[in-house]
Amino acid sequence: MTASEVAGEVIELEIPARAEFVALARLVVSALASADSNLADERIDDLKLAVSEACTNAIEAHDAAGSLERVLVRCKASTDALEVYVEDRGHGFDPSGLPDHPPVTDPDRLKFERGLGIPLIKALVDEVEFSPTGHGTSVRLVMRHGPNGVSED
Amino acid sequence: MDLGLDVEDRDGFAVLSVRGEVDVYTAPRFRERLIELVSEGKHRIIVNLEGVDFLDSTGLGVLVGGLKRLRSHDGDLLLVCTQSRILKVFEITGLTKVFSIHDSVDAAVGGGGGTSSS
Repeated sequence: MTASEVAGEVIELEIPARAEFVALARLVVSALASADSNLADERIDDLKLAVSEACTNAIEAHDAAGSLERVLVRCKASTDALEVYVEDRGHGFDPSGLPDHPPVTDPDRLKFERGLGIPLIKALVDEVEFSPTGHGTSVRLVMRHGPNGVSED
Repeated sequence: MDLGLDVEDRDGFAVLSVRGEVDVYTAPRFRERLIELVSEGKHRIIVNLEGVDFLDSTGLGVLVGGLKRLRSHDGDLLLVCTQSRILKVFEITGLTKVFSIHDSVDAAVGGGGGTSSS
């Protein structure tokens, strides 16, 4: 597989909404990203982590909603970016409603064992978008080709 | 997916060496092992992340929970990590300021130099 062969293709993977399948989603996305020679290894690692966080949230949303449906991971390769959509069929959530973490020097910071996933996603990918669907939430992660990536600092 | 969790005693510290991928599936085993160590009375723990291939926010959550638990026993949890892709996760989340991160188990035990997070 080469970058030009991957461009324009859409790859879809449906995983059972169970924790053991997050590794499979990571593996598929990173393998596809590796075929895209326009993404540096470091950026592939970033995307892999962002996909893992998005899938983890999706599975937790399914758990909370008691949904037995699958989580959809869709990858769209284009000539200038790789986009990954993670769609859950949980009840949806409001990313703007997340609590702000106290500063790291605050002793209360240690009360936050959760809620680090969304800030990580935002820092790792070039673009992230959370959209409600009829059934849950769709998270769109975009990794652009070239030197404009957020990780190139 | 295997998660390696080996423990050895080292100069008054329990060194927990983690190998493999730490995510939502494997993190519960990691959390349980840490809790076991604390309940065995081991309150100074070094978590060696050098064998970790992947760590996400659920893994960070286990470490934050472990640190909190140990501090409530007047203990401490130190980390060993030199891999840039793992350190990056701590940097983004600001946790390099919360954890004492060392370049090697020797450096962590010595409590002196070799800290990546100064």
